[in-house]
Amino acid sequence: MNTNYTELFFALRPEAFLVAGALAVLGLDLSIGRRLDDAQRLTQALAVGAFSVLCACALAWAGPRGAVFGGAFMFDRFAVATRLGVLALTLLVLGVASAARSPRNSAEFVAVILFAATGFTLMAAVQQLLLSFLALELASLSLYVLAGFDKGRPESSEAGLKYFLFGGMAAAFLLFGFSLVYGIAGSIDLPEIGTRISMLPHSPLLAVALAMILVALGFKLAAAPFHLWAPDVYEGAPTASAALVASASKLAGITFFTRLLWVGFGGAAGDVSSLSAASGWLPGLAAIAALSMLIGNFGALAQQSIRRLLAYSAIAHSGALLLGVMAAARVGAAPVFYYAATYGIATVGAFGVIAVAERSGPCQRISDLAGLYRRSPLLAGCLAVFILSLAGIPPLAGFYGKFAVFAAALQLGGLAGPAGWLAVMAIGLSALALYYYLIVLKQALVTAPAGDAKPIAVPVAAGVTLVAAAALILLFGVRPSLLLDLF
Amino acid sequence: MNALPWTIYVSFAGALLALLAGRRSPAAARVVALVSAAAAWGIALVAAVRFVPNPAGLQTLVDVPWIPQMGIRYCLAADGISLTLVILTGLAATAGILFSWNIEERAGEFFAFYLTLIGGVYGVFLSADAFLFFVFYEIAIVPKYFLIAIWGSTNREYGAMKLALYSFAGSSLVLAGILWAYVSGGGQSFALGDLAAAASHFTHAQQIGMFTLVFLGFAVLAGMFPFHTWAPTGHVAAPTGASMLLAGVVMKLGAYGCLRVALPLFPVGLAFWQPVILWLAVIGIVYAGLVALVQDDFKFVIGYSSVSHMGFVLLGLAAANARAVSGAVLQMFSHGVIAGLLFAVVGRMVYERTHTRKFADLRLMSLYRRLPFAAVVFVIAGLASMGMPGFSGFPAELTILIGVWQTSPWCTVVAALGVLVAAAFTLRAIQVAFFGAPSEAPVAGDSGPLPPITLAEKSGAVLLIGATVLIGLRPDLLLDLIRPALQSPVFQAVFNGGAP
Repeated sequence: MNTNYTELFFALRPEAFLVAGALAVLGLDLSIGRRLDDAQRLTQALAVGAFSVLCACALAWAGPRGAVFGGAFMFDRFAVATRLGVLALTLLVLGVASAARSPRNSAEFVAVILFAATGFTLMAAVQQLLLSFLALELASLSLYVLAGFDKGRPESSEAGLKYFLFGGMAAAFLLFGFSLVYGIAGSIDLPEIGTRISMLPHSPLLAVALAMILVALGFKLAAAPFHLWAPDVYEGAPTASAALVASASKLAGITFFTRLLWVGFGGAAGDVSSLSAASGWLPGLAAIAALSMLIGNFGALAQQSIRRLLAYSAIAHSGALLLGVMAAARVGAAPVFYYAATYGIATVGAFGVIAVAERSGPCQRISDLAGLYRRSPLLAGCLAVFILSLAGIPPLAGFYGKFAVFAAALQLGGLAGPAGWLAVMAIGLSALALYYYLIVLKQALVTAPAGDAKPIAVPVAAGVTLVAAAALILLFGVRPSLLLDLF
Repeated sequence: MNALPWTIYVSFAGALLALLAGRRSPAAARVVALVSAAAAWGIALVAAVRFVPNPAGLQTLVDVPWIPQMGIRYCLAADGISLTLVILTGLAATAGILFSWNIEERAGEFFAFYLTLIGGVYGVFLSADAFLFFVFYEIAIVPKYFLIAIWGSTNREYGAMKLALYSFAGSSLVLAGILWAYVSGGGQSFALGDLAAAASHFTHAQQIGMFTLVFLGFAVLAGMFPFHTWAPTGHVAAPTGASMLLAGVVMKLGAYGCLRVALPLFPVGLAFWQPVILWLAVIGIVYAGLVALVQDDFKFVIGYSSVSHMGFVLLGLAAANARAVSGAVLQMFSHGVIAGLLFAVVGRMVYERTHTRKFADLRLMSLYRRLPFAAVVFVIAGLASMGMPGFSGFPAELTILIGVWQTSPWCTVVAALGVLVAAAFTLRAIQVAFFGAPSEAPVAGDSGPLPPITLAEKSGAVLLIGATVLIGLRPDLLLDLIRPALQSPVFQAVFNGGAP
C-alpha cells in the first residue's frame, strides 16, 4: 500500500480546516467569548464556523481527483459533488442555528456541527472498511450529541438517547458485517473486496454480512423498518440538529452506501428485473425502499406535529432515494445525488422556517403554523417553496429529482419487473403525499391566524439563509444541469 | 407568431407584479392582472391573424436544449389547435379578471395565483416536449388549490383538496405513461415527435398499456365519466373567476393532453379502447345532464352541465376522424366561453348579491325584475349552452355528432338525447332562478334593492357573449385554423388507427 502522507493531507485539507475551525470556535469562545453575552457568543461562533465551512468548500472544489492514499479515499465526481453538497447544507444549517432564541453553549454546538460535517465529508470519499466505519461514527456520534444538546428539555434528552441507542445497535451490526466481509474477502479495500467477491461462489456468510450492512443502511437513512428513531428525534432535537440529521447526514449517507454497495459488493448485487430471478442484495434494498415509501407516506397522513410529519416525509423520501441507489450502476449517481442534495436544501429550509417561527411561540403542531401568511409573508412564501419542492411540484427542484430517479428506476427492466413496479408505486404515492403537504400549506397560507398570534420578526441571518435556500430550490429546479454538470 | 411564448412569460411576470402591487392596494393588483391578461390575449390574437397554416403540423417557436442529460429540450411550438386554445385562454382569463374585480381580501395573492395558473395553461398549449408539457401541466395544479381554498365558498377546503388530488393523481398516471414510453424508446428524447416515432415500434400490448395510463390521466382532468366527481364540487366551491377558468380552460388541458399526447403517441391504444371511451363519453353526456336536472343548487347545475359538455369533447376525440376531432376542438373553445358566462352569472352576478344559490330561495326573488341584466345574459348563455343556432355551441356539437356518425351511429343517437337533456336542465334553471314566482308578493326582507351590475361585469359579459355569437355565426374563423392542423401526418396516423 502506497502510504503518502503528504498526498493524504493535501486531499483532506477541507477536513483539516473544519477541525481547525471547530477548535478555533471553542478557543475564541473561551477567550474573547467570556466577555460577551449569549447572543454575541452565538454570532461569533457562527461566523467562525461559517468561515471555516466556506474555506473547506473552496478546498474541496480545488482538491485532487482520483484515488488517494493507496485507494483508501476515492475523489471521483460523486465524492466531490457530495463534499460540496454536505458543506453547503452545513452552511445552511448554521444559518438556521442563528435563529435560536436563547442560545446556551453555542460555541460547543457549532463545534460539534463542524465535527459532524468532517464526518460527512469523509463519508463522501472513503473507500476502505476501517476508515468507513470511523467516518460514519465520527458523524453519528456528533449527531447524537447534537440531538440531545438541549439539556433543559426532556424531549431533547429522549431524542439523543433514542438516537444513540438505535445508532449504537446499527453500528454494531455494521461492524459485525464488516468483520464477516473481511473474513470472506481477506481485504478491507472496497475495490479489492469487489473483485474477490465477484470471483467467489455465493456463500451464506456473505448473505449474512450483506443483511447486516443493509440494517445499518436502513438505520442511517431512516428507512423502514429501521426508521423508528426518526419521528422522535425530529420532534425532540433542537431544530438546527434535526435539520442537519435530515439533510447533510442523509446526503452523506446516500453517497456512502451507494459506494459501499456498488464498489464493494457490485458482484453480489443480483437482479431485480424480474421476480423469479431475484437474487443478491438488490431485492433486499427494493423491499426496504417499498416499505419506506409505504410507511412514510401513510404514516405522514396521520401526523398532527409538523416535525413528525417531516420525519415521515423523510422516511418516504428515503425510499425514493433507495430507488436511485439501486439504479446507480445503470444510469450513474447523478439522479440520486441531485435528489438527495435538493431534498436536503428543502428540508433544511422547512426546519429553518420552524426555527424562526419558534422565536415567537411554540411551533410543534401543524396548526401552530396557522396564519403564517399574515404573521410573516416571507416565512410563508419560503415554506411554500420548500414544501412544494418536497411534494415534487415543478418548477421546483424536488420535481426533477423525483422525475430523474423514477426514470432511472424504470431503466432497470422497464415496467415489467419489481423495480418498475416500485417506480410506479412511488409515482402513485407521490399523489398521496400531496395531501399531507397541502395540509401544511393550508395552515400556513389559508387558515386565519389565531386571535393571540403575533407577527414574527425574521432575524437577518436566518432570513438570508431561507431566501438563499428557496432561491437554490428554484434555480436548481429550472436549471437542473447546474447540479448534473458536476458529474 | 414568434411572440406566442411571451403569453407564458407575460403571465408569470404579471403574477409576480400583481403580488407586489397587492401589497400597495387591491386596485393596483387588479389593474396589473388585467393588463397582463389582456396583453397575453392580444399577443395570441395578433399571432392568430398572422398565422399561416402548415400542413406539416406544429411550427416551432423556441427550441433549445434544457436538460441534455436526459435529452430534454425547451421546445415550444404551435399549430391551429393550440392557437385556438391559446386564444380561448386569453379570453377566459381577461373575462375572469373582470368578474373578479370585487376581490378585496388578499387581492395581490389572488391575482398572483390566477396568473400563475394562466401561465401554466399557456405553457401546456404551446409545449412540444412531453417533459415540458408535464411541467406546465403540474404548475397549473397548485394555484387551483389555493384559489379555491382561500377565496372559495361552499365546502371550499374539501372541494379544493378533492380537485387538487384528482388532478395530481391524473398527472401521476400521465407521468408513469410518459416515463414508460421514454424508457422503452431508449431514453433519448422527450420531444413529442420523437416519442411518437419511437412508440410506433412498440408492441401492441405496450402501446395499449401506455395509452391507458396517459389517456386515463388526462381524461380525469377532462372530467370523463366516472372520474368527473371532482369537477362539480371543485367548480362550485371556487370563486367566480376561478370557476370560469377551471371549467372554461383547465378542463381543456385534459382534453388537449388526450389530443396532443395520448392519441398521436399511441394510436393503437386508441383503436383498442375506442368503443369503451365512446360509450363512457356518451354516458357522461347523458348522466351529467340528468344529474344537472335535479340539482337544487344553481351552481351545481352549471358544474354538471360542464361535465356533460366536456363529454362531447371526449366523444369527438374518441371518434378519431377529422370532422369529429375538429368539432371537439371547436367545442373546447365554445364550452370555454359559455361555461365562463354561466359561472359568471351564477357565481358573481347572482350569488354575490343574493347570497344564496338555492333554487328554493331564488324562486321567490323575481330576479328577472331585480337583475334584468343578469337574466338577459343568462338566457343568452343558456341558449348558447343548449346548442341553439347562432351560438358557438351549435356548430361545435353538430360537427361532433356528424363526425361520430361515421364511427358509431348509435353513440350519435344517444348523445343527441343528451342535447335534449341539456335543453331541459337549462330551461329549468332559467325558469326557476329568474322567472320563479312573478305573481306572488316577494318575501319581506328579500325585496330591498340589489347592488347594480358593475361596469366590469358588463364588459366581461359582453366580451364572452360577443365571442360565442361571433363563432356561432362564423365558425370557419376557427375551423380554418383547426382543420389544416388535423391534416398533418401525425393526426392522419391517428385517424388511420396507427397505420402511417
